[in-house]
Amino acid sequence: MATDTHSGAEPAEQYNFDIVKKFAVMSLVWAVVGMSVGVWIASELAWPFLNFDSPYFSFGRFRPVHTSAVIFGFGGSALFATSYYVVQRTCQARLFPDGLASFTFWGWQTVIVLAAVSYVLGYTQAREYAEMEWPIDILIEAVWVSYLIVFVGTIMRRKQPHIYVANWFYLGFILATALLHTFNNLAMPIDLFSMKSYSLFAGTQDAMTQWWYGHNAVGFFLTAAFLGMMYYFVPKHAGRPIYSYRLSIVHFWALCFMYMWVGGHHLHWTALPDWTSSLAAAFSILLLMPSWGGMINGIMTLSGAWDKLRTDPIMRFMIVALSFYGMSTFEGPMMSLKEVNALSHYTDWTVGHVHSGALGWVAMISFGSLYHMMPRLWNTRMWSQRLIEWHFWLATIGIVLYIVAMWISGITQGLMWRSFDEFGNLQYSFAESVAKMMPFYAMRAIGGMFFLTGAALMAWNMFMTIRQGQRENAAAVAGKLAHA
Amino acid sequence: MEWLSWFSHPENTKPLALIIFFVTFIGILVYVYGSRKRGQKLESYRDIPFLDEQDANKDKQ
Repeated sequence: MATDTHSGAEPAEQYNFDIVKKFAVMSLVWAVVGMSVGVWIASELAWPFLNFDSPYFSFGRFRPVHTSAVIFGFGGSALFATSYYVVQRTCQARLFPDGLASFTFWGWQTVIVLAAVSYVLGYTQAREYAEMEWPIDILIEAVWVSYLIVFVGTIMRRKQPHIYVANWFYLGFILATALLHTFNNLAMPIDLFSMKSYSLFAGTQDAMTQWWYGHNAVGFFLTAAFLGMMYYFVPKHAGRPIYSYRLSIVHFWALCFMYMWVGGHHLHWTALPDWTSSLAAAFSILLLMPSWGGMINGIMTLSGAWDKLRTDPIMRFMIVALSFYGMSTFEGPMMSLKEVNALSHYTDWTVGHVHSGALGWVAMISFGSLYHMMPRLWNTRMWSQRLIEWHFWLATIGIVLYIVAMWISGITQGLMWRSFDEFGNLQYSFAESVAKMMPFYAMRAIGGMFFLTGAALMAWNMFMTIRQGQRENAAAVAGKLAHA
Repeated sequence: MEWLSWFSHPENTKPLALIIFFVTFIGILVYVYGSRKRGQKLESYRDIPFLDEQDANKDKQ
């Protein structure tokens, strides 16, 4: 059933692809696990009996399992895999050093497993996207510093004088994440043998630190890093260089300048000083320009070869990802305006926005890049082209169902919460707004099921591709031995 | 050392930070788009992702 998703000539053992393979496989494992938990918790909201009256199955404990598994498990492993692949190929140098790279793999997987187990057992810092308690945070720090050493060490070994722009994005992501993780998790454990700790910050400062981390996790982990992926895999798969290298340089520096300032837009209408919140909104609006510049740069790479969109589902994944990148980076600045935020904040609109970025941009560009990279790693072709087509349509329909449900649900919530009757009392109780959400929660869960099914098809297709590659390589070796 | 206290006032440091960032950013724009020769050199880096394949093909030949 081998089809023609091409595999190119691989440069021999000059590169360490073993570590890339491990991370790539684990990214698919975490995609299926994390998205399954996501579908489960979405279903809990639509059909609450699924909580089984047990704290271990409750939404509160499963939600960080979902976010950590998809962001750090799936997204993180995909980033490790692609960054190690891209830095070696664009620097034409082997990863430095193999042992430390291996430590980043085992360390990172341990982090994800420990995080998931600790959440289910009820241990959390209650900091969004950073719920891990202090012992896990220290392990992350060790893994991350090792990652930095491996990445910079490989760049320093390069045979190519210029550092390709994809590596700038990856390096920006590694440095920024180190900074964010360190300061957001400054905490004092209550005892050396206790998981519990308290943040070094308090009150508004604590909220500000949390959202400085939270939005920059979006900016550097979920945006800059995946742009690194885009700047290598889109040109590579299209077989044409990036539309404008100079635009990519401006894109990089503008993102780095602006992203760090925007976290305050998560705290509009709170105790945060008003100027901080306005500054965050202003920088959010400014961010639209570099974001769209980058999107145009990626999409225009296909200029003159648009027919590939009709024939190549992998290219379609990449270009749809860029379109969602453009859409999310328009919606985000709009939601950061104080007047819009007054309606959208604390509603499902935010959840829809996050998922249009996470599913539409992050997951789609990762799927496209993994479909390009993995057959080449095993020196074969994709097992089934038709399954890639199915995956694409399931993922696209799933996203549309998800975000439309959340738009309707979120705007309805916002409008119901701000409605007053003729006496100035709130027109609706909170419970009434929850009852109104139920059809949309079911619709969102179904959208998630579509997306999960697509990811499961990809995992199966990739499993068969790897087996096919192993068989072909074994046959080639046997053939050589027979001729010797 | 009293001059250091000037930096402790947000009304001083905010415009200072703005000027530093703005000038740096304009500097990057001028560097990237200011010279045609440099522009051509920068654009030549677009081909880096394809260089390792060329090397592999040469090795094969």
